[in-house]
Amino acid sequence: MARSDLLIRGGRIADPAGDVLLPGDVLIRDGAIVEVASSIDADVPVLDATGLVVAPGFIDLHAHFREPGQEWKEDIASGSRAAVAGGFTTVCLMPNTVPALHDQERVRFVMARGREVGLADLRVVGAATIDIAGSKMAPLGEMAQAGCVAFSDDGHPILDSGLMRRILEYAGQFELPVVQHAEDTGLTRGGAMNEGVIATRLGLGAMPRCAEDIIVHRDIALLEITGGHLHIAHASSAVTMDLVREARERGLQVTCEVTPHHLFFDENWVASCHYDANYKMNPPLRASSDRDALIEACIDGTVDAIATDHAPHLPDEKEMGFGAAPFGVIGLETAFAAAVTVLLPHLSLPRLLRLFTTGPARVFGFDDRGRLEPGLRGDVVLLDPEAEFIYDVASSASRSRNSPFHGQRLRGRVVATVSAGRLVHGGGNRLH
Amino acid sequence: MIAESTGLARKDLLGLEELTAEEIRLILRTAREFREVLDRPIKKVPALRGLTVANLFFENSTRTKMSFELAQKRLSTDSIGFAVSTSSVKKGESLRDTAQNIEAMRVDMIVMRHSESGAPRRLAEMVDAHVVNAGDGCHEHPTQGLLDLYTMQERFDDLRDRRVVIIGDIAHSRVARSNIHGLLKLGAKVGVCGPPTLLPMGLPELGVDVYPHVEDALAEADIINVLRIQLERMGVPLFPSTREYASLFGITPERLENAGHEILVLHPGPINRNVELDSRVADAPGSVILSQVTNGVAVRMAVTYLLAKTRLEAGHGAL
Repeated sequence: MARSDLLIRGGRIADPAGDVLLPGDVLIRDGAIVEVASSIDADVPVLDATGLVVAPGFIDLHAHFREPGQEWKEDIASGSRAAVAGGFTTVCLMPNTVPALHDQERVRFVMARGREVGLADLRVVGAATIDIAGSKMAPLGEMAQAGCVAFSDDGHPILDSGLMRRILEYAGQFELPVVQHAEDTGLTRGGAMNEGVIATRLGLGAMPRCAEDIIVHRDIALLEITGGHLHIAHASSAVTMDLVREARERGLQVTCEVTPHHLFFDENWVASCHYDANYKMNPPLRASSDRDALIEACIDGTVDAIATDHAPHLPDEKEMGFGAAPFGVIGLETAFAAAVTVLLPHLSLPRLLRLFTTGPARVFGFDDRGRLEPGLRGDVVLLDPEAEFIYDVASSASRSRNSPFHGQRLRGRVVATVSAGRLVHGGGNRLH
Repeated sequence: MIAESTGLARKDLLGLEELTAEEIRLILRTAREFREVLDRPIKKVPALRGLTVANLFFENSTRTKMSFELAQKRLSTDSIGFAVSTSSVKKGESLRDTAQNIEAMRVDMIVMRHSESGAPRRLAEMVDAHVVNAGDGCHEHPTQGLLDLYTMQERFDDLRDRRVVIIGDIAHSRVARSNIHGLLKLGAKVGVCGPPTLLPMGLPELGVDVYPHVEDALAEADIINVLRIQLERMGVPLFPSTREYASLFGITPERLENAGHEILVLHPGPINRNVELDSRVADAPGSVILSQVTNGVAVRMAVTYLLAKTRLEAGHGAL
């Protein structure tokens, strides 16, 4: 298959395992990396990476493509286009579709649709409980056989402590993580934003931060007796970061992800956006001190991955009033730029890229991607970390437009994306 | 007959938080002149003839809606009502659809009540028409706040350094928020009092004192604004019973007596009699609770007039 042979030449290679950028070429044959060296010649199509940074394709641990069931918001094709436009060559999809992805057939359906579309490698996080209803355990083993990469009821927390214990225990035998949406919903009922003086002024229902902290606390306490791997989805609280650090010191297998929007924005944006529900997501934008703690945790390595929680909703759905609007924002196409804008002053580019590559690969156990090494998948992105632009959501490949980054000045552009050796986004003028 | 030479230099009235003290004083001065019109045998002036107003009440309301409609009739506007609660629009129409339909009907002013905090703000940014917030969720109810200020000023000419305590469900009350902002801007000292479950976070940051005990609140208050109490919010009880609420926070003649000084008592209505407010207080001679209702019409006339005036002077019509 000639199209999956590609020589990426003339760029500076960012190896997330190291901390420097070195000039070099990457040769891909049959969709897999065969050579990374300072200078390579081969009789295959050449992608000119002059002036750009060459990095492993990004891995998103957390996205919603709404298919099956809510294709008006997003489908696997449009979501895949948005993914590769944002540099993501692997996307792990959450199971809260309609119907929920709680058995082998549905897991296989989504992965097969992903292959038909053929842009990014789509993986599935299987539902932890039937219909993500939080009462009966889903067939975790069968879904693991079908290729799912983790289990979660994302969108809903697994509230029943006894059930969560069984799920952690049971999932452990497949060495797959349980991904928790940490929210004690008894504390957040009717809530729309972080609790505090801003919610009070705006008259919006309050969601206290401790709703997250309580569940993270509890799940770590469960992990002490169950073993296994707990992954905290979209962590938003400074306390969560402390709890994860401390649990790891005790040897527990706890990982966590943060979203680009929680790194970029805090609750003050809800006050200044005039009730724009594109700043409404769950967990909500937190206090500036929480945001600072998340940035610090990205720097010190507590955060394993930046995950988008890409959650498409149509404009009409978001324009029902802030309280009535659904939670969630899109984020695949702005994730890298948001991270560069916030983190590059504090982190070298290779270290920042770990949060998109080796970090998430380790969390979900992908050993065939996330680095630029012979034998791994030919997933590569070409980046211009210096490029500044004002984000216009109208340019998005998503079916939805619910981005809080619309109109923001951002730095860091994904110039081209190569998925298994095929150029799937940008770079047409650099292909020879 | 209206002495004020200028209107409000803003398109919309969405809340008291965004008004300056001077704007609030302008509205209250104008309301005083309209208040006199209401005591005339012919209670109507031609001031806003030709102005088209749509009253969009997405949430049930009797008093506020009547008060706005009356204020509009007194100013000779053409007003249309929009029976949202009985129409298909109640659920499932986005604010953008509402806005586009209203714009298409060439309406000059929209009075909006909505269960969602911020809905009038969103609407105001989508339409050229003036938008008046008639109460949005738990956010603000600016004309109620203004009529409360007006009523307080009838008793105490200057509210500076007067102690006003708002008693009841502060967390879910748009009346409380509009009172807090308006009173602070006019220099009053503002306190709140109620069960801890009904007090939202961040009140001290807003410059508001919290009184845990109603006796302490009454001991210091010149004015109290007693809010209507609701036992449940979304199925969650916020205090054990209305009987317990009455015994801990109800305003009775005995409690007022024990305060040892005269206290002006306001209530935005409708009253849960003998829960938050004892009937003997509500119906006492000199009670201003019904004056609030009359003043509400005058304040809403003033708001309507001052917003529309700028537009009319800009050539959209003649006064």
